[in-house]
Amino acid sequence: MTDTIQVGSYTLKSRLLVGTGKYRDLDETGLAIEASGADVVTMAVRRTNLGQNPNEPNLLDVISPDRYTLLPNTAGCHTADDAVRTCRLARELLDGHNLVKLEVISKSRTLYPDVVETLSAARTLVDDGFEVMVYTSDDPLIALELEAIGCVAVMPLGAPIGSGLGLQNPYNIREILDNLKVPVIVDAGVGTASDATVAMELGCEGVLMNTAIAQAKDPIKMAHAMRLAIESGRLAYEAGRMPRKRYADASSPETGLIE
Amino acid sequence: MQISVNGEVERIEPQSLESYLTTKSLLGRRIAVERNGDIVPKSQFSEVILEDGDVLEIVHAIGGG
Repeated sequence: MTDTIQVGSYTLKSRLLVGTGKYRDLDETGLAIEASGADVVTMAVRRTNLGQNPNEPNLLDVISPDRYTLLPNTAGCHTADDAVRTCRLARELLDGHNLVKLEVISKSRTLYPDVVETLSAARTLVDDGFEVMVYTSDDPLIALELEAIGCVAVMPLGAPIGSGLGLQNPYNIREILDNLKVPVIVDAGVGTASDATVAMELGCEGVLMNTAIAQAKDPIKMAHAMRLAIESGRLAYEAGRMPRKRYADASSPETGLIE
Repeated sequence: MQISVNGEVERIEPQSLESYLTTKSLLGRRIAVERNGDIVPKSQFSEVILEDGDVLEIVHAIGGG
């Protein structure tokens, strides 16, 4: 596709954004990400194992910051304070790169976004010069508030993280799309290609996914499928679907029939 | 003296952060360091002298969604 999306100061060529978790190994990670065609790739920040083999392969050797736009996340953070510290460590780790994915998640089994902590962290990070792509619930009012704070993209969930249930509330996603000017990217909940297409047909600027690709039987093939699904959904959105009708409407002319 | 690194307490001789990272084979690797809640820029590793009670967090990038 030739179109691009603008997220803050970043121009992205692909509307598919992908994670790097849950793959069998780094080789598979690299191949799947390449097959996805994504240019934004998420990563996590974790304590270094002090006893590790210094030659152990590193994620950044496979996913080069020169080739991909890295998007460090704050996964695992349950407070605004921890999320802000993690973003500052990520910025140092990536030599000043200021694009981050903010997610402050509840400890419940839903992994639902803690919007109170998320709003607080978003304010601090925007003030500190970060470009914040924010994971949030599909609440239209919270989405508006995150945009007002200055987040460069708002990323409502389609369904709980890792659930693969597909978009559970397309009406809320549609409402968020109608109200926001910054890109709206569905983050989490996609299970298979058609789920991604549904999000794109609604008019979302993009979809961020991890588990749907990484936990497919063949992640590299699924990455390719997702790439096509995203492009297909976007094209259908731009083309504008036909109106729904309650009854049949013949495709072939009803005149000129032989007698 | 005693410092805490990634949640583990460690006894070390007084030294610079750069020297500590060298002994752990971490210097030159893609890491970031937080000392007592503040980021230590890579350019300052050699100037920072570790003190008794310091709390370090040393992180790297891993797969995540």
